[in-house]
Amino acid sequence: MASSSIIDQLKKNQILDMLKDEKRIDGRAFDEVRELSIDVGVIPKAEGSARARLGDTEVVAGVKIQPERPFPDTGDQGMLICTAEILPIAHPDVETGPPSPPVVELARVTDRGIRESKMIDMKQLVLEKNKSVVGIFCDNAVTDHDGNLFDACSYATTAALNSCKIPKYEMKDEVPTKVENEFDDPPITTLPVSVTMAKIDDYIIVDPNLDEWSIMDARITITTNSDGNIVALQKGGADGFTHDDLIKCGEISAKVGLKIREIIKESSSGGN
Amino acid sequence: MGGRDTDIVLLDENGIRSDGRKVNETRKVSIKAGVLKNANGSAYIEFGENKILVGVYGPRDVHPKHMSDTDTGILRCRYHMSPFSVGERKNPAPSRREVEISKVIKEALEPALMLKQFPRTAVDVFMEILQADGGTRCAALTGASVALADAGIPMRDLVAGCAAGKAADAIILDVNNEEDQAGQADLPIGYMPNLEKITLLQLDGILTPDEYKQCIELGIDGCKQVYEIQKKALQEKYFTNGGTD
Repeated sequence: MASSSIIDQLKKNQILDMLKDEKRIDGRAFDEVRELSIDVGVIPKAEGSARARLGDTEVVAGVKIQPERPFPDTGDQGMLICTAEILPIAHPDVETGPPSPPVVELARVTDRGIRESKMIDMKQLVLEKNKSVVGIFCDNAVTDHDGNLFDACSYATTAALNSCKIPKYEMKDEVPTKVENEFDDPPITTLPVSVTMAKIDDYIIVDPNLDEWSIMDARITITTNSDGNIVALQKGGADGFTHDDLIKCGEISAKVGLKIREIIKESSSGGN
Repeated sequence: MGGRDTDIVLLDENGIRSDGRKVNETRKVSIKAGVLKNANGSAYIEFGENKILVGVYGPRDVHPKHMSDTDTGILRCRYHMSPFSVGERKNPAPSRREVEISKVIKEALEPALMLKQFPRTAVDVFMEILQADGGTRCAALTGASVALADAGIPMRDLVAGCAAGKAADAIILDVNNEEDQAGQADLPIGYMPNLEKITLLQLDGILTPDEYKQCIELGIDGCKQVYEIQKKALQEKYFTNGGTD
């Protein structure tokens, strides 16, 4: 759309002028995340759930748990699948129908952060080897879009999984059967947290809002675990990062991730 | 609707239902208008255990263009259930059931809207069922008309939704999930209280002509109760604290 690209160009000029004065369009510092609030247990019918609000970006994550037949090559592990969807209520430009490439990327990056961190010890989720395992599905629904969906989905997913309850199953005649009203805590090993940074010209800013998101040159999402180690990375956008940029981004993600992790921990101990 | 055998007592000897309600009582309904930042109008409704988020966009350009009408604006509705909204995970792709419900809700809202004022445009209503517990179409319809009013779309009336039905041989108001599964009939109603018009009506199950009359009467009564809560939600947003919009 030609008209919006002119507006984008004007917006970009304004944002860039402000960055030169070390200011951001919404008044934050370069390494400052928008206000994050997380409520867990918002969907009682789901085995785990969380609503994360990052500034004006909002995501609802729900966890469903059910016995599954394992993949042939991983019969000794449970199953974990995270998805993400941008609902049409979230933004005027969202269209219904099959997911577009950016939405597929969002879902896959969300999944990768959880999976690669080994947040949940999948070996403890086997009901009968090669026959039946516990399947965990975490579906993210973006309900309001003000940029940086990657992090909002990451926080909602981590909080929902961290606070979920896994139903007890017993094998009866080779069929997994739910034991009513008995639940286990999930075998959580670490809390993965992603931090997304945008590069605009030579400036690097944390947690870009939609205005910054729409004009950024490149972005990088770095997921760290509770030990502060990096467990997943995703670079996007049409520009590149220098070596120095990447070192700096790694440091920022560890520092910011630490604070976010505390908010997630608090949400599951205070609420629910 | 086979009156399936279950252990649940749908109606005890004192006329109290499985969730503690009397036969002519609705579940607790709460509505908040204007909950989303980007949508032109929005509402969050809790109808018992149902939790539904509705967003309205428009009047706006129609894509694809061939859908547009030179005489009037068009209404498009999408009813969608989140995968985590029900006991077993639901496939996120729209089912035939969701397509049908989207259509009946659209036709329930159209009589209330004055879209002739906005030719060649579309008004989009998106209803997301975050948690389902029976009676979602009535709850979604109720939330959708509040969201449309919040979006400032000219309306002749609000449409309120509430079901009546039959369980344990009694005529009951606002059928919940248990009563829907194990009961004998479910008759959802959409109603415009000022214009006294029914705009949504479906029936699953068997009713005698007399029971049918009772259900309609009771259902309309439920809609009128829901209507008061709809008005309150809009008043809360626009008439208290001076209104921010």
